[in-house]
Formats: sequence, C-alpha cells, structure tokens
Amino acid sequence: MHDTHKFKIPVGPQHPSLKEPESFSVALRGEKILGIDIRLGYNHRGIEKACEERSYIQDLYLIERVCGICSHSHSTCFVQAVEEIAKVEVPQRALYIRTLIGELERIHSHFLWLGIAGHEIGFDTLLMYAWRDREIVMDLLAALSGNRVNYGINTIGGVRRDIKKEEIKEILKGMDTLEERTLYYIKIATEEVTMIKRLSGVGKLSKKEALRLGAVGPTARASGINRDVRKDDPYAAYAEVSFKVITDDHCDVYARAVVRLKELLESFSIIRQILEKMPEGPVAVKVPRKIPSGEAFSRYEAPRGEDVHYVKSNGSEMPERVKIRAPTLANVQAVKRMLEDRFLADLPIVVAAIDPCFSCTDRMVEIDQIDSGERRVLVWQELRDFSIEWHRKNGIDFSRLNKKLKLRK
Amino acid sequence: MRPGRILRLVLQSFFKKPVTRNYPVVKIEMPQGFRGKLKFDPKKCVGCKMCMRDCPAGAITISKTADNKFMAEIDLARCIFCAQCVDSCMRKALEMTKEFELGALKKLDLTVVTKDDS
Amino acid sequence: MVLFQILVFPGVIFLAVFGMFMEFVDRKVYARLQNRVGPPWFQPFADFIKLLGKEELIPEQANFRMFKLMPLFSFTSVATSFLYIPVWGTHSLLSFNGDVIVVLYLLTLPTLAFFIGGWYSTSLYARIGSVRTLTQLFAYEVPLFMGILASALLADTWSISEITLFYSRHPWYWASNIIGFAVSLVALLGKLEKVPFDIPEAETEIVAGAFTEYGGRHLAFFRLTLDIEMVVGCSLMAAVFLPFGLGFGMVWGFLVYLLKILFIVMLLSLARTLFARLRIDQMIVFCWKYLAPVALIQLLVNLLLKGVLVQ
Repeated sequence: MHDTHKFKIPVGPQHPSLKEPESFSVALRGEKILGIDIRLGYNHRGIEKACEERSYIQDLYLIERVCGICSHSHSTCFVQAVEEIAKVEVPQRALYIRTLIGELERIHSHFLWLGIAGHEIGFDTLLMYAWRDREIVMDLLAALSGNRVNYGINTIGGVRRDIKKEEIKEILKGMDTLEERTLYYIKIATEEVTMIKRLSGVGKLSKKEALRLGAVGPTARASGINRDVRKDDPYAAYAEVSFKVITDDHCDVYARAVVRLKELLESFSIIRQILEKMPEGPVAVKVPRKIPSGEAFSRYEAPRGEDVHYVKSNGSEMPERVKIRAPTLANVQAVKRMLEDRFLADLPIVVAAIDPCFSCTDRMVEIDQIDSGERRVLVWQELRDFSIEWHRKNGIDFSRLNKKLKLRK
Repeated sequence: MRPGRILRLVLQSFFKKPVTRNYPVVKIEMPQGFRGKLKFDPKKCVGCKMCMRDCPAGAITISKTADNKFMAEIDLARCIFCAQCVDSCMRKALEMTKEFELGALKKLDLTVVTKDDS
Repeated sequence: MVLFQILVFPGVIFLAVFGMFMEFVDRKVYARLQNRVGPPWFQPFADFIKLLGKEELIPEQANFRMFKLMPLFSFTSVATSFLYIPVWGTHSLLSFNGDVIVVLYLLTLPTLAFFIGGWYSTSLYARIGSVRTLTQLFAYEVPLFMGILASALLADTWSISEITLFYSRHPWYWASNIIGFAVSLVALLGKLEKVPFDIPEAETEIVAGAFTEYGGRHLAFFRLTLDIEMVVGCSLMAAVFLPFGLGFGMVWGFLVYLLKILFIVMLLSLARTLFARLRIDQMIVFCWKYLAPVALIQLLVNLLLKGVLVQ
C-alpha cells in the first residue's frame, strides 16, 4: 500500500537552523522522523593538502582558520605536535598563557552555544542575553591577542605576546561579572518550564550508545562518560590547576546544556588559578625553521570535544602530512541515533546540542579495494551495501536482526 | 519549575539603556595591540624579504626602487592580519595600526604601495 | 458617511496604519526587554512598501489562483470583522445579536487562508507549516471561544455592543472575568502565532511555514493581515474584558481605547520574550489539559454569578 503520508524533506545544506552547510535528508511521516541521511562535505576547503605546501610558520595561521570558534584549539594542537617532533622545551609562562587563551575561548564558545540553543528552540531572549555577555570575553580577547577571533597567539616554541598587569585586572573583573551571569543562566535552564519541555527527553543517547558511536566532549560527558583530555592526558598548564570534570546522567539535550553551563564555572575557576600561579620568564624559545623528521600525535580538549592532530615531518621546512580529526566528526554519527522516533521540531535543537562545527569536520574518506588494487571513493550508502553483501556472502545470517537491514538500490 | 523565570532580568532591562553601540555614529577605539592595517616604514627596510617568506597569504611584496631603498606593496584583500611579518622583520619596519575600516569601492584601492620618496 | 467610515476610519486605512503602528510597538517593546534598541517607528511601513516592490516567484506546481487569492481573502475577512467591534463608546459600526460569534469566525478565516495558501504552494515546508496551522487551531480555538463567551454569558447577549453596554452599566462585573481574560490572552497568542505558539511559522524548523513560497505583494498582504489580526484580537479583548471608560465621547474615548490596546500588546510582547517555542504535541496537551479546564471554570463562575445576580 502506498503510504501517502511519508515524504522526504531536505534540512540543509541551506537552512535557517544550520549555521554551516550540511545535508540532512529527513524522511518524515507527518511530524515523526523515520530516518535521516547525513551527507558531509559542503565546507571542504582542502586545508590538509594546503598545509603540505607551506612552511610550518605559515601553516600555523592556516590551521587556525579551520574554524572560527575553536581556532585556538586547532592552532595549539598543531603547535604541540610540531614542538614534540622538534623536541623543544616550551617555557612555563608560554604554557600558562596558552591555557589562559584556551579557557577564554571555551567561555566564548559555550556562550555562543547557549545563544544558538536558545535560538533553535525559539527562545530569542536567551540568544540576545548570552551574546551580550559574550562580548565581555570578546573584548578581553581583543585586548590580549589583537583580534576577537583567530587570535594568532601561538608560535612554534611559545606564544607571541605577553600579558600586562592591567590586563590581568580586567580579566578578573570580567570573570566576576560572567560568573554571576552564568549562575543566572543555569537557573534559567533548569527552571524555565518551556525550556525544560523542549530540552529534556530529547535526543537521548545512552552511555553504551555514546561509547559505541564514539561521541566526544560535552556530548559524551552528558551521557555519563567521564572523559576529558585535560584530565586524561594533560597538556599545557592543565596538570597544575585543579578542576572537576563535569558529567551528567540525563543523557539528553538538557544534560548537554547543563554540562556546558557548569563547565563555564570550572573555566572561571581555572582562569583565576592560572592568573594567580603564572610564573615569570620568557614567552618563547627560538626554534629552527627546519623541523627534524618524525611524526607526532597531539590531542586537545576543544570546546566541542577532543581534537586530534597528526603531523609528519621529513626534515624540511614544510610538513609532509597533516591530519586533523575535529570533534564534530565524532559526534555527528550520533545524531542519527538521537533522532530516531523523534519529531521534526526536535531536529534543530538536537543538531545544535552536539555543537556542530562543520567547517572543522569535512574530510573525505577513501576506501582501498584490496583485491583489485584500484581505488575509488564510496559514498556511505555504497559502503553499507558493500558491507552487507560481504557479510551475507560469508554466511552471516541477518534474519534475526532488524528487518531494516535491506539493500537499497 | 517556574514559568517565565527570566522575567526579572527582562523587566530590569526595559528600564535601562540598551547595550547596542550606535556604530557608525559612535566609534569605539580598538585596544592597544589590535591588529589592523599594516604600516610599512621604508626607511628601516633592508630588503631581506623575510616578511614575504613568512606571510601565509602572500600579501606583501618587497621590491627595490633604488640603491638601498625598498618599497612594499601590501594587498589588503589577501592580508589575514596575523602580524607574522611584524614578528619576522628584524628591523621593525612593519607595524600594525588600529585601523580596521578598510572597505574600498575599487579592487585597485586595496593594494597599498609605500615607498620612500626622498 | 458610512463609506468614509468603512474605508477610512475606523475602516481599512485606519486598520492598516494602526496595525502597522502596533507591530512597531510590539517589536520595540520586545527589543527593549532584550536590552536592544529596536526598530524605528516607520519600520513596518518601510517593510510593507519594500515588499510591494519585490518580485513574486510562484512555484510551477502551485495552484496560481489559490496562491494569489489567499492574501486578499484573509485581509478582507479580518478587516470586515472590525466593523462589529466598538472602538470608543458602546456602539460599533454595525451590530446585531450574535455578532460575537460572527467576529470569532471571521477571525478563524485567516487561519484557514494560511492553510490553503501553504497547502497549494506545494513546497514541503509550506505543507508542514499549513498542517501545523490547522492542528494549532484545534488546540486554542475552544479555550478562546469559551473565554469570550463566558463574558457574553454574564451579559446575557450575543452582541458585542450590548456586552459593552451591560458592563458599563454594572461597573464591577468585569472583575469576574479575570480568569477568562488570562485564558483568552494565552489563546490569542496561539491565534496570532506568537511565541510560545509560533509553531506554524517556526523559522528554525520549517523555514517560514505556510509563507515559505510567498514573496512580494502577497507576503506584504499576509503580514498586514497578521498585524490587523493582532489589532482586531486585542480590540475584541478590550471590548469584552476591559469595558470601562466608555462614556467619554470620541476623542477621550479613543485615547482610552489606545491605552487598552497598548496594554494588551505589551502583555503579548512580554509573553513573547519570556518563553521558548513549544512543540506541536506539547501545545495541544497544554491547551486541552490546562487551558480548556480553566476556561470551563470561568464558565461555571459566570453561570453561578448569573444565577445569583438575576434575582
């Protein structure tokens, strides 16, 4: 029987709810979501290849511009990898300044997220207020680093600028104001009736599912997984400051909001500790232009999750290979699972809850066919069909599993 | 659970001045160290071209006008305002100003040529 | 004279200008509550004129006649409904026994027009938006009707002019309608498609709902319809629930009317600021679980009062 109530609606690539282009092809029956097809790649700019044709110093600025919101994360992650290959000892003061800017970036990113989440559920007031408070952080960053986004504070071997005493006072004042406002926003998120109705029970991702799908960052921490690169594998100055890793057990969008808001409070405390403990000394060491050959793998806790950079050098001024795995790539697989059996109205807020940064995400996947020796690029659908076919040929019986596992032409 | 939890903040804001800055009527000055338009001092340049080597976008071109005199062509459309050239220059011939309103109606106006006319 | 009253004041031109002015008030209050500046007074007029000058693109598969007819249809129905509502004093331009029902149904016609316009646009977003419009209609209509009719019940008449006359004769009876006022205000938010009930036009979910394919002068008239619907709805509220200050003559009476409308519009803007948007299923549950029983309570209160007061 032909079901006339089923149809497919395109959410994206251009859509008012997505801040960056991504294609979600949603199969609907009325208001209920039956399934989603996700396609990435609309923001692919070929940065990894471009890095191979520029020197390390030029790459610093290129990698910074992978994303506007988590630019310092990418830049620091890259620089950490290069410094590991070159075996440089970065001065302590530089590490502290890097941590300071990293935490300020986390604050600005979480306020941005709060505003976007408010906008997606129709709560524009929260958007206006959260972004008003974000201006305090942006002004601080502009005074510290010279620009509101894309700070350019890193250089190989340290940081480029130092902090002055008046700036420290400004930062502390800003932190006090923001802390008071964050406590108020926590109250709003946990007590406002319409917000709770829109956020709780939506986009559920159990702990097992989150581990299986590889979720990172606040998305995973909201499902009760205690994973934070700052604690598991401390870099920069994180080994010397004390802070809590915030987790929550509700496993839904409400939990993700609460985790991010409470992380803000931890960030304020980290910044205060850093400013108190900041050691004196130089801010950079001189590193030769030619980096010796080697490879390094570095991780960083970006506001969205774990950011991974791999750098391979071959002794010249330009890197041989740079690979970036942004946190959103790990989280976007979970969106399909979160939106099963939900309503269309939940789609914007669920996508916004993983804090998507599709600029960071877009990479291409190439599958090497081992038998014939030829290479071709498979779309996800072809890959899935290929894998089902292969398993059937090898005797795996799917009849006991979900009937949805059928080949689609 | 309280409906209208944000009421107090909202009513307070009703009686306060709005936070919007009335740009372009009111212009705020950028903080010290803001990375705006690049300024080149031809008297200090020795023509080592380190800035050209380190520029990620290829925005600056140094060329010789006369013996020991150099000129710089800065393409504002390509510049990413990272100030790496400022750090790379060993004679401190480059500095970043606070100017950020750099729109132009013709593409040609975006290339700033600075030379020593003496 | 009647032609002047129908066309200019308080007819079409007055309604259009007043509607756009009220849109400005709504947007300005909304902005100030959010610590922003807000648009200048001429913004809705500028928007209307700009939209009139824009190109209209009608999708190929859409039904041209329905597409073009709906804006005018909705505009005329809301403009007509204003003829029965008393602005100052207790007399409206036209009145007869039963016109409160006529006004309420004339106010339902724009919702139907949005549905038809969105459905015949054949765009997917427009179809979802138009279906949501009708679903929302089923939720808020009953509490709205019950709230207004409760007040009519106490006045023992179905004519709005007579209702205002009754309440101006017995000044303190309007206090018994406070619950109905609250219920009707919430239901009015649903009719005007304002947050928390702006589900049919949810910008972040379905682009623009039923208005997705509209542009140019059709969109201009749809937006004008929404503005006039706000004015008419608020006037109905003011006439039925806030019937005081009606004996002052034309100029002062109009001023009192203006103040009442401003008050109600500010309440609507405040509601827009305070809440997030609900989902359609949550809205239906809310309206039937909480709003309709409270409206029933108001009906009961008025019935009892009527029994007591009739003596």
